[in-house]
Amino acid sequence: MAGKTLYDKLWDDHLVKQRDDGSALIYIDRHLLHEVTSPQAFEGLRLANRKPWRIDANLATPDHNVPTTDRAMGIDGIVDPVSRIQVETLDSNCDEFGILEFKIKDQRQGIVHVIGPEQGATLPGMTIVCGDSHTTTHGAFGCLAHGIGTSEVEHVLATQCLVQQKMKNMLVKVNGQLGKGVTAKDAVLAIIGEIGTAGGSGHAIEFGGEAIQSLSMEGRMTVCNMAIEAGARVGMVAVDGTTIDYVKGRPFSPTGEAWDAAAAHWRTFHSDLNAEFDKVVELEGADIQPQVSWGTSPEMVANVAGQVPDPAKETDLIKREGLERALKYMGLLPNQLITDIKLDRIFIGSCTNSRIEDLREAALVVKGRKVAGSLKQAMVVPGSGLVKLQAEAEGLDKIFLEAGLEWRDPGCSMCLAMNADKLGQGEHCASTSNRNFEGRQGFGGRTHLVSPAMAAAAAIAGHFVDVREMLN
Amino acid sequence: MRAFTQHQGLVAPMDRSNVDTDMIIPKQFLKSIKRTGFGPNLFDALRYLDEGQPGQDSSQRPLNTDFVLNQKRYSGASVLLARTNFGCGSSREHAPWALEDFGFRVIIAPSFADIFYNNCFKNGLLPIVLEEKIVDQLFIEAEASEGYELTVDLAAKTVITPSGESFSFDVDGFRRHCLLNGLDDIGVTLEDADVIQHYEDARRKTAPWLFGAGQ
Repeated sequence: MAGKTLYDKLWDDHLVKQRDDGSALIYIDRHLLHEVTSPQAFEGLRLANRKPWRIDANLATPDHNVPTTDRAMGIDGIVDPVSRIQVETLDSNCDEFGILEFKIKDQRQGIVHVIGPEQGATLPGMTIVCGDSHTTTHGAFGCLAHGIGTSEVEHVLATQCLVQQKMKNMLVKVNGQLGKGVTAKDAVLAIIGEIGTAGGSGHAIEFGGEAIQSLSMEGRMTVCNMAIEAGARVGMVAVDGTTIDYVKGRPFSPTGEAWDAAAAHWRTFHSDLNAEFDKVVELEGADIQPQVSWGTSPEMVANVAGQVPDPAKETDLIKREGLERALKYMGLLPNQLITDIKLDRIFIGSCTNSRIEDLREAALVVKGRKVAGSLKQAMVVPGSGLVKLQAEAEGLDKIFLEAGLEWRDPGCSMCLAMNADKLGQGEHCASTSNRNFEGRQGFGGRTHLVSPAMAAAAAIAGHFVDVREMLN
Repeated sequence: MRAFTQHQGLVAPMDRSNVDTDMIIPKQFLKSIKRTGFGPNLFDALRYLDEGQPGQDSSQRPLNTDFVLNQKRYSGASVLLARTNFGCGSSREHAPWALEDFGFRVIIAPSFADIFYNNCFKNGLLPIVLEEKIVDQLFIEAEASEGYELTVDLAAKTVITPSGESFSFDVDGFRRHCLLNGLDDIGVTLEDADVIQHYEDARRKTAPWLFGAGQ
C-alpha cells in the first residue's frame, strides 16, 4: 500500500467530516486577518447575528494600506481617507469581537505572512488560512496553508472550518544544490518558468529535494509564497530540524513539556518514502541561474544572461498574441538582452522577500557602493516592525541609506501599491515581490521580479546585472 | 445568496488567457468595505483609457473602444467566454463581486484558477469548465453571429447553443446544491456544529499548544 504524502497527513489530521457528496469539513487551526478582505466578512457575521467560533484562533494586522513613512502618526498618517477607513474598520471589528490585532503603531505590526512565522503563530502541522493568496507562505512549516476569499473568511470566523475538496498531490524536487549567488527566489521563479502559471492548478505542491531541504526557513517561505503563482493554492515543505529550530522560543510557541510533545508530533509531518504523487517535476539546482521576469505573468522569466523571447518564433497563435501583448505592455523588444533593461525604481520588500535574511542579502551587495544616478527611487521596506528593529541592530539601515536606498516602515507597500508607494506609467521596477501583472505596482507600471540580491545589484548598476559578478 | 438554476444570456468573448484578478478589479477599488458597487470598475484598466479612482463617476471617463465589453453588440452580456487560467493571482473576492455587479451570471473557460473558481460559487456566479476545443468553437460562433446567446442549465449541467447543440459540464455536488438552492453554506456547516465541537474538544487534548496562545 502506498504511503501518505505530507498533504494527505495534514488533510487526515484536520478532517472533521467527510460528506457523501465528496466535500469535506476541514478544521482550521489559525486564521490570519488583514484590513482588505475582512470587513465584508465581519459585516456578514453581524447581519446573520453570528459570533466567531473560537477567538484565539485569529490574529490580525493591517498591512496592505499602511503608509511606509510617518508611522509615528499612526492611523492619522494615512492620507487616503478610503484607506484610512479600511484600517479603522479592522481595528473596530477586532475590538468588537475581541480578536488579537497588532495595530498600526504596534512594533509587532507587519505583513501578515511575515508576522505569523515571526510570532510562532504559525506552527508546524497547522491548517492556516487568510484572505490572501500568499498564505501559501506558511506551508514552509509543513502546514496546510492557503488563501481564501472573503465569504470563506466569514465561514472560518463562524465555524472554524472550511468546506474543501481534496486536491491532487504534486512534488516539485530541486536536486543537488543551488550555485553561489543563486537564491530561493531564483529557484521558485525557475520552477514557475518550468511548470507555468497554471502548472500547479488543482494540486497541493510539496517542494522537496536536497536544494529545498538545504534552504533556511526564510528561503523556504520565499519558495512556498510563490506556489500560488504556479497556480497551486498550497505549497509545502516537510518538517525537519530546521523547522523546529526556527519555531523554538517564539511568543506563541509551546514551552516545557508541551514543547516536547509538540516537537515529536511535528516530526511526523513529512511524506512517507513510499508516498505516491499525481505529478512529479524535477529540476537540477546547479542549472538554476539568477532569474529576471520580463513579462506580465510570473512564468515569463529568463536567466539574467538571457534575452527577451521573440514572438515570431512562437507557433501557437494564442501564445504568440500573449507574448506580443506582454512585450508591448513592458516596452521591450524581441531578443533584447535582459541586462539591457534599464530601471526606474527598485523595490525590496513584500511577503516574498522582506525578512531579515533578504535584507542581509541585499545589504551585502550594496555595501560600500552607490545607487545608480539614473534611478528615480530605490526603497527597502522591511516585512515587520521586528524585522526593522533587527536590521537596525545589525546596522543594515545605515548600509542602505549610505548607498542611497530609502529605509521605510513595514507593510505590503509597492508589491501591490494600495498605499502611496507605486510606479508611474511606463516605469520599470526591479522588484522582490511576487506578481508582475499589468498595473500591479501602479497604473502602467512595469514590474520585473527578482531576488533581493539581484534587485540590489540592479540598484547599483541602473539595469539588470548578474549579481554574482558583484559578489566576487 | 441568489440561487442559480437556468440562465439564458448574451455572450461576450474575452480572447485572452491568464486573466488575473488584478485585471478583473484593480487594487485601488479594494479599499471599499462593501460587497457591492464594483461593476463600473470591472476590468478598469482595459475598459477605460485613464487611471480609475474609487468614488469617481465612471460614465464620464474615456472608453477604450477596442475592449470587448465596450462594443455595442456585447452590451448587456451576461455570459463571459474566456480562455485558460481565468482568475489567476490574488484571492480577492472583489473579482467575482465585480463580475456579478456588472451583470455576469456565467463564465465559461477551459480552466480557472482554484481560488477564483471557488469564490464564484459564493456569489451566485457559475464558472463552467469546457474542453478547449469546445471553447474555441464557442468563440468562433459568438464572434460570427451578433446577438449570440447561450443557455445554461445547472440542474442538467448543460450549455446549449442557439443551434441546439448541447455540451455537458462537471460541477462538484455540494457547490451545485448550494447554488441551485441559493443556500448560505455557513448555515449548512453549522448544522454540524456538534461534530465540529467534538473534533475541537479532542484536539484540545491531543494538541493543547494550538489553543489559548496569544490571549
